[in-house]
Amino acid sequence: MNNSALSKWFVSREGVYYLLLALLLVVILPLVLDPFRLNMVGKYLTYAFVALGLVMCWGKAGILSLGQGVFFGLGGYCMAMFLKLEASSPENTAIQSTPGIPDFMDWNQLTELPWFWEPFHSFSFTLLAVIGVPVLLAFIIGFAMFTRRVGGVYFAIITQAIAAILTILIIGQQGFTGGINGITDLQTLNGWDIRTDEARTTLYFICVGMLFLCLFVARLVQNRKLGRILMAMNAQENRVRFSGYDVAAFKIFVFCLAAAFAGVGGAMFTLLVGFMSPSFIGIVASIEMVIFCALGGRLSILGAVYGALIVNAAKSGFSESFPELWPFAMGALFIGVVLAFPDGLAGLYRSYVMPLEDRLFRRDKDKGAPVAGTAASKPAAANENDDEPVIDNYSPEKS
Amino acid sequence: MFDGYTTSEVMSIFAMQGFAGLSLFSVFVLMALGLAIIFGQMGVINMAHGEFMILGAYTTYLTSGFFQSYLPSLFGGYFFIAMILAFLVCAALGALVEWLMIRRLYHRPLDTLLATWGLSLIMQQAYRSIFGAREVGVELPEWMLGAFNVTDLVQLPINGLFVMIIALLIAGGLYLLMYRSGYGTKVRAVVQNRPMAEAVGINSAGIDRATFALGCGIAGVAGAAFTMIGSTGPSSGQAYIVDTFLIVVFGGAQSLIGTIVSAFGISQAQSTMEFFMGGSMAKVLTLLVVVGILMLRPEGLMALKVRR
Amino acid sequence: MNAAKRKSGDFLLAVEGLTVSFDGFKAVDDLSFYLDPKEIRVIIGPNGAGKTTVLDLICGKTKASSGSIKFAGKELTRLKEHQIVHSGVGRKFQTPSVFEDLTVFENLEVSYPQGHSVMGALAFKRDRAVIEAVEEVAETIFLTDALYEPAASLSHGQKQWLEIGMLLIQKPDLLMLDEPVAGMSVAERKKTAELLRVITRDHTVLVVEHDMQFVGDIADRVTVMHQGRVLSEGSIEKVKADPKVIEVYLGH
Repeated sequence: MNNSALSKWFVSREGVYYLLLALLLVVILPLVLDPFRLNMVGKYLTYAFVALGLVMCWGKAGILSLGQGVFFGLGGYCMAMFLKLEASSPENTAIQSTPGIPDFMDWNQLTELPWFWEPFHSFSFTLLAVIGVPVLLAFIIGFAMFTRRVGGVYFAIITQAIAAILTILIIGQQGFTGGINGITDLQTLNGWDIRTDEARTTLYFICVGMLFLCLFVARLVQNRKLGRILMAMNAQENRVRFSGYDVAAFKIFVFCLAAAFAGVGGAMFTLLVGFMSPSFIGIVASIEMVIFCALGGRLSILGAVYGALIVNAAKSGFSESFPELWPFAMGALFIGVVLAFPDGLAGLYRSYVMPLEDRLFRRDKDKGAPVAGTAASKPAAANENDDEPVIDNYSPEKS
Repeated sequence: MFDGYTTSEVMSIFAMQGFAGLSLFSVFVLMALGLAIIFGQMGVINMAHGEFMILGAYTTYLTSGFFQSYLPSLFGGYFFIAMILAFLVCAALGALVEWLMIRRLYHRPLDTLLATWGLSLIMQQAYRSIFGAREVGVELPEWMLGAFNVTDLVQLPINGLFVMIIALLIAGGLYLLMYRSGYGTKVRAVVQNRPMAEAVGINSAGIDRATFALGCGIAGVAGAAFTMIGSTGPSSGQAYIVDTFLIVVFGGAQSLIGTIVSAFGISQAQSTMEFFMGGSMAKVLTLLVVVGILMLRPEGLMALKVRR
Repeated sequence: MNAAKRKSGDFLLAVEGLTVSFDGFKAVDDLSFYLDPKEIRVIIGPNGAGKTTVLDLICGKTKASSGSIKFAGKELTRLKEHQIVHSGVGRKFQTPSVFEDLTVFENLEVSYPQGHSVMGALAFKRDRAVIEAVEEVAETIFLTDALYEPAASLSHGQKQWLEIGMLLIQKPDLLMLDEPVAGMSVAERKKTAELLRVITRDHTVLVVEHDMQFVGDIADRVTVMHQGRVLSEGSIEKVKADPKVIEVYLGH
């Protein structure tokens, strides 16, 4: 059937997009950028994990979380706690009144390591916690809210409040958390100095690898029936429910998935940047993460990566030259992306660049009748390009 | 927790902190009322609400400066002029924002949230460019200084009392407007059944704009009141926004009384606990309790059980 | 009522003493009725009689204040919506609610009773059995030619059929249809009546409907509701002749 021919065509086109991204991240950027700049790009990419989670959670399933910084931060703090303990060996901290505990605890007159720090001596526990802690919290929040049918604006506000709570808590409990400065002065990972240029470049490549892993997980979810249910739920929640699906379970799943992505991103952030602080968790940071996703295109998996890269690069650029203009640009971006191009860059690409590509590579448009894989798009996006395929959607094969 | 305090001392601590809580309550109520009528009417959350409040505060600041320079004899009454100006300025900007932005996002409440957040960033930076990053304060007229001595231990500052009276008057006025006026009837008609309200000739778009402007105007008054008890900076509004959202949601989105009750509860809890455990933990605990209750009872304190 | 004497286990659906109130207003008030297997029952009644609410209560969309709903011996009032669906109750809504951006095929596939858990949906594969089931249902609902069209391009009547098809593919024992012919052309009504005849060969059907012509065409028995209660029950001729029914419909 032309359905499967179509899907092959799509896979190849989609494959090219992934290949181009890999080329950019693995070959081009490492070649043209010095280690310092490359490290910056790595830092931006850690936000792409969060944006990717938001594509799944907000774009596909319609659940807007304004507290993704919480999960990013939890992942980051888990990693930072491990690194901090390694940096606070009794030999390194011999001058403290209590050697062997992190310096900020010593300054705050703590005399022993709090119980919840203990397990972070173990690297395997830490790796587990980087994903496990954010997912556990997401599960609790999701279970409480979604089984009671709380969604939309309410959910957004509650998640924002949770971001506020966690920030205030971390800042207030200086002795346990390092307070507003966060956990700083991280040195080695299992004895490997993470502050050298070589280490940072290696970590950059690990970050890119993890990102591609997450991209493929997201793509798998999207292309299976699971992805179609998520989008169908967004458009016709009751029909999905009365087709026999436990809507709450699907929402909890996608929220936990987004939390897991964010947790991995946070841990990579700590490794690449060398510290973690509450400023990456709070209300402002969390809502900025939404714009990474929105700019890339809320439905586009690859868009999340470009969105995170572009917004963060622009932010650094502005902050270096015109710091006072950045909030205006950011504000305009929020308004523009919502009012003018709700499908973000992916939407623009689809309407302006794809037709060019088609002409350039003489792809027969009329060959592919109606596209089977065009899953439900947000009502917001429905007014334009309704029958155009979403960039990285392809129709599952008919066997 | 009460070790080292005598009973009468504990009681006066509660009274004083209770009063400090009441000042907070006044600002909360005014902020939340504005937010609640917009949310109740249009189902959208205005993330720039705090910035509208600050606009009202800066308007008051400018008015007080004007009176000081040109009409020093009338300085004692500037606040009333400032309050009206703050209302008008904020309501006008609110109407403009509704026309330019909100009405295009109808049926997309989450997008409205993001767009108004963008607006709040722009407004904050505008304040920073115009008024500078430093906080500014207004000079209080003489009659507002000083305090009532209720007992030897309990003193109630006049400015706090005054702000509270303003808040209660506005809440009362709003109640009358919503439940005893033609406008209020129309608002409630639109909330309950928009297509039907339109069918009987109510201009629902006009009602939307008026309600949004009214909500923003009340935020402006909140800002005017805010200058009486604290100083104003470009991002002062943001500090209140999460609390205000929670108050509105906690109170049950469409209930004015619920909004007031929850503002009272949250501000009292916060300021009483503040005395015993410090500001940040008091805030964490209050927010945690509110979020916890909302998870168990998402419809808020006073919601109608309706058929959906 | 002789029905009440029989054990409720004999019925496919036994609704007894069902009551729900919204802020003191009793939308459904101590309602009882019984459905035999393979029966077509139509609920009629004036606006606000509580007809749609009854369907809402059975499928779990609204929780009952009191009373019981026994379906094939199973108490439904304590189950969640998706569990009720899994026990064999399908519900069609008044306005067609299909997934507009999915094709007809995908709409039916999503409703196919397999892979309904999160992990199941992740592992779900489109195998022969799925394709055959989809094609079979598509033929029943007259949509074979439109199988690969997006649902958005269907006519209003076709969307109604698609939604019925989405129920059929779940192989439910009881189908509940809320005003299935509302907004349909005369030709579409005829075809829908025909469709319901086919369906009832192996399903029990509960329909809420206004169109008396259509009711007469399809119903085995009719339950007339008024102010949340059963006003009359029996064949269409019997209820049409019932003075209480005439009073309610014409008396005001």
